[in-house]
Amino acid sequence: MKLYRFIIEFLQIAILLGVAPAFTGWVRMLKCWSQGRTSAGIFQPYRDLLKLFSKDVLLADNASWIFRFTPYLVFGTAVLAGGVIPMLSLDLPIASTADVIVLVALFAIARFFTALAGMDIGTAFGGMGSSREMTIASLAEPAMLMAIFTVSLASKSTSLSQMVHVIYSGQIVLRPSIAFSLFAFVLIALAETGRIPVDNPATHLELTMIHEAMILEYSGRHLALIEWAGMMKLFLFVMLGVAAFAPWGIAESGDLVTISAAFIFMILKLVIVGIVLVMIETGLAKMRIFRLTEFLGSAFLLATLGMLSYFILE
Amino acid sequence: MDLNVVAQLNSFLAAFVLLTAFGMLVQRRMYGLVHLFAWQGLFLSINTAMVGFVAGKHHLYISSLLTLSLKVFLLPYILHVLIQRLKVHKEVEIVENVPMTMLMGIALVIFSYYLMSPVTQLSTLVTRSTLAVALATVMIGLLMMITRKHAVTQIIGFLAMENGLFFAATSATYGMPLVVELGVALDILIAAFIFGIFFFHIHTTFDSLDVDQMARLKEED
Amino acid sequence: MILSPINIISSSVLLLLLFVLVVPLLKSRQRLLINTSFMLSSLASLLGIIGGVWAVGGGITNKLILPIGLPDLPFHLRVDPLAGFFITVICLLSFFVSLYSIGYIKGYLGRRPVTSLVIFYCLFLAGMVMVVLADDALFFLISWEVMAAASYFLVMFEDERIENRRAAFLYIIVAHVGAIAILLSFGIMAGLATGFESFNGYTFDAMRQAEFPLKWATAAFLLAFFGFAAKAGVIPLHVWLPEAHPVAPSNVSALMSGVMLKTAIYGIVRVTFDLIGVFPWWWGAIVLIFGLISAVMGVLYALMQNDLKKLLAYSSVENIGIILIGIGLSMIFKPFNIPLLSALALIAGLYHAMNHAMFKGLLFMGAGSVLHATNERNMEEMGGLIHRMPWTAALFLIGCVSISALPPFNGFVSEWLTFQAFLLSPAMPSPFFKLLIPLGAALVALTGALAAACFVRAFGVTFLGHWRGAHMPRVHEADWFMRSGMILAALSCLLLGILPTFFIDWMDIIAQQLVGTKIGASSGVYGWLWLTPVARESASYSGMIVFLGILLVVVAVYFILHVKPGGIRRVPIWDCGFGKLDQRMQYSATSFSMPIRRIFGFLFNIREQVKLNPRGVHKAFPKRLNYYLRVRDRFWNWLFKPVIEFSFWVSRKVGLLQQGRIQAYLIYSFITIIVLLALSR
Repeated sequence: MKLYRFIIEFLQIAILLGVAPAFTGWVRMLKCWSQGRTSAGIFQPYRDLLKLFSKDVLLADNASWIFRFTPYLVFGTAVLAGGVIPMLSLDLPIASTADVIVLVALFAIARFFTALAGMDIGTAFGGMGSSREMTIASLAEPAMLMAIFTVSLASKSTSLSQMVHVIYSGQIVLRPSIAFSLFAFVLIALAETGRIPVDNPATHLELTMIHEAMILEYSGRHLALIEWAGMMKLFLFVMLGVAAFAPWGIAESGDLVTISAAFIFMILKLVIVGIVLVMIETGLAKMRIFRLTEFLGSAFLLATLGMLSYFILE
Repeated sequence: MDLNVVAQLNSFLAAFVLLTAFGMLVQRRMYGLVHLFAWQGLFLSINTAMVGFVAGKHHLYISSLLTLSLKVFLLPYILHVLIQRLKVHKEVEIVENVPMTMLMGIALVIFSYYLMSPVTQLSTLVTRSTLAVALATVMIGLLMMITRKHAVTQIIGFLAMENGLFFAATSATYGMPLVVELGVALDILIAAFIFGIFFFHIHTTFDSLDVDQMARLKEED
Repeated sequence: MILSPINIISSSVLLLLLFVLVVPLLKSRQRLLINTSFMLSSLASLLGIIGGVWAVGGGITNKLILPIGLPDLPFHLRVDPLAGFFITVICLLSFFVSLYSIGYIKGYLGRRPVTSLVIFYCLFLAGMVMVVLADDALFFLISWEVMAAASYFLVMFEDERIENRRAAFLYIIVAHVGAIAILLSFGIMAGLATGFESFNGYTFDAMRQAEFPLKWATAAFLLAFFGFAAKAGVIPLHVWLPEAHPVAPSNVSALMSGVMLKTAIYGIVRVTFDLIGVFPWWWGAIVLIFGLISAVMGVLYALMQNDLKKLLAYSSVENIGIILIGIGLSMIFKPFNIPLLSALALIAGLYHAMNHAMFKGLLFMGAGSVLHATNERNMEEMGGLIHRMPWTAALFLIGCVSISALPPFNGFVSEWLTFQAFLLSPAMPSPFFKLLIPLGAALVALTGALAAACFVRAFGVTFLGHWRGAHMPRVHEADWFMRSGMILAALSCLLLGILPTFFIDWMDIIAQQLVGTKIGASSGVYGWLWLTPVARESASYSGMIVFLGILLVVVAVYFILHVKPGGIRRVPIWDCGFGKLDQRMQYSATSFSMPIRRIFGFLFNIREQVKLNPRGVHKAFPKRLNYYLRVRDRFWNWLFKPVIEFSFWVSRKVGLLQQGRIQAYLIYSFITIIVLLALSR
């Protein structure tokens, strides 16, 4: 039985590794369609990764060990986070390693080291990316915490599986607080995963890039790891949102039928989230960096209103 | 309808009213403001109808209809026309320090909750919990009038305040007597017209709708 | 019993004090002096650690009365778990720092005599331990003064520079204003305990037993809080701290920031929870609000600094704020009778006090190594040190990760506990609190994220990229003594991060004694692995699994990708085809913090000027550009400048009395006598 739980755990991580590029491919494909372009297909990210893995690494002369270590660390935190967030089953052996706050901090480690790696080479782009990334993160963090806080008020817990349990037991009905914090969460997730309107994942225009600027010097397998981890991060934020706001389908017990049902539900949700994401991204333009205070300020406002309405209205 | 469901829907609508109030507080574009105002009216009118249904007070249906026609269609239409005639529809108002304004709004919500919590405890109505939101909406309307400079935003702030009052009346006592409500509605309509006329005058006198210009009216020695 | 915690600790103090007497004999043999003195002080610290750990672990309370001091007023000494905890923290860091100092102080050999440094270093250590040991107001204040005076002389050590003298002067003034407030506070409590005629109220025991009326208790608390806050560098009383801490020798800065500030925290906890005991919730609210302000403002100011040690000093202000947030929450929960939450918040605060000692000590030691090697404190002149100083860089990085509250290191544990205390605050009966307190959690999150930005900047600009200065000096790595001090501190950062349950179980007794319940941080099988402060369902964290999990994935991926060897080519930096990149094109510390400076600019007093040289050229094509930026503390102008100006004004008025003629002075005395006689008739 114990072994079985670990198998589920590994299955989940394998799904994370395998499906994350496909989700990114799906989003890119939809985006191409919505803009009237021909898409490269849903499997293009796999081909990209494969290509990068087979290439040599070109390392700048003065790159230190931090530059070389960062891709592995970023990848490692993403995998660990994938082992904690319930995607298929609630009954994960290492789920209690981390509650939502720790998950946020896990992403923060990756960001911390990516920012350092951006400064390691000593180019202007790298430093610019690091500076902007850390600024945005510091504004997003309070909003993120308020959103988490609001959701965890109902379940009196910050552990994700506990939150899902409470939602399953039907104690949470239609609540304005949850709606607000969902809205806030979407805004923050856009900022944290570097999507439009905060950052443009497709740009290499120097004035607007943030995340790309930090990893500009990477190549070969290092770049592959970072890209892959980036895809996983997007996937994980979707899963985090799903677990906190719409967990229906995630298996409570671990038998094979419910797990496969959970997998199908997960794919369905991913498809829908992809469509919504593309609608947001095509509908909005990238913001000027100093307008982001307002964007993230609204996220904070929504999360706080969610918390206030929990106390005032419920 | 189940009372519990009604209470939930009521909270939801209250939350949306509050959200639109915050939206108006930080919205820069003129048309955006008018649309937000129309949405707020819509939520109000649905809420009023629902309260009327639950409490069995049928005059609330009339005031709901009145709200719908007046605040969702007529007033936004008037404002639309006003904005077009005054040719301010492309103007983007500078809002100073949006995050700070938002924080002040949040503080007002907390304050009104603090003020209203004794009243809420005494009341037995289904809608009692929305009282704090109603008060907050009034205060945010006032805050909007304070922080904004443009004359059109001023009137929208004023109308938002009235929305808050109306909401307070519905949630505190299941609405005011019909006569009073009709009177208030008429007042608002007339106020809107008077505002409109005034704006034309302000516009022709100062070539601008920035109310800071009125500082020039003071005595100088 | 001869062998008891208090005897061990007092013998360690005695050792330090006796050694001070021997120091002058070794004056002519400086190298020997350095070796023996710091070996001895690390030995004394070890003794202190043993005593402190024992006192907390066994939950032992020992007392000792020394028949010295004023007639009929003997010194009372006492060790209880709270004191034991702080003694452990102080001695642990002073052990690391003493090892470090053996290497660091040798840098002064041949430049200036270090005898005075050694004397005051030993006195300083002894003073800090004595403050915590004290069990009466008299001994407490004497120790407090010993600590303050010793650290004053340490700040003054390199006294040829005017900024050092100015900083030390400011420091001693603020320290004394604070000391007066503490004295008055003790005076009130002592007077109420036994009446103003008797002197017996000066012992802490008498104060503990007395019940104070609320009005007087409040006065005593406010005075004590003011005094201790001035020492701890709570905003707005913080301005001396970023002046004084950076100019002291780095080992002393490590101690001052790492543990001297903690004695003030100890004082606050001792006075409120132990001596007064019963208090209303709004005392906690005061502490919480000042904590929040200090945390957010402290880290924002830290982000604006270009001086590495000044940055660290401001970051101490921030961390003191986080500690006070924990303690303030605990003080709010206690009167509402929610002991579990109160205990959780208290433990969070105290745990952060210990963590901060470790990582701030480590960071100051690292900054000291950099200073030692490059003679430079300005970050804008540094860069690329990771290649020359790999050990220092790696250890400094551990400090940065810890202080940025990232798992699996220790800073995260205390921040996480603080968040849990915040998240459980809806258990409070009053609806008003339910709404307000969570907003504090948002500020803590903001602080944490800004701290990460601050230390990315500190590490990135100092150690990464290229050397930014005009020409690179000969940089050498720190020696093994310095390294060993830093390695030990870094190890304790890691251990406190991945095994928090052991440490929290160890110190749980303090919560038991002060607020009446333990938090029981672990539960179930393999309980030590999971930190579960309230219940396993509500929140859990395992630093160990985070650490091992990440390590496992990193190692596995590394080996999978390196099955096929090779594949790395070193190439020059890609310069977009524009020609040679030089070191001035890198992002600097000033440019890194520009977005944050712009967003939070209204909190600072900023003057920014861009000048084009020569003026005639069109704006878009400048030949040369001068950028001038000055960021100042607003509090200096708001709070300190008026006070300074007022005291100068008063002095000038009083100065008018000075006539220089003997007759005038005689007339003053004569008038005084006549007035007094007339009044007392």
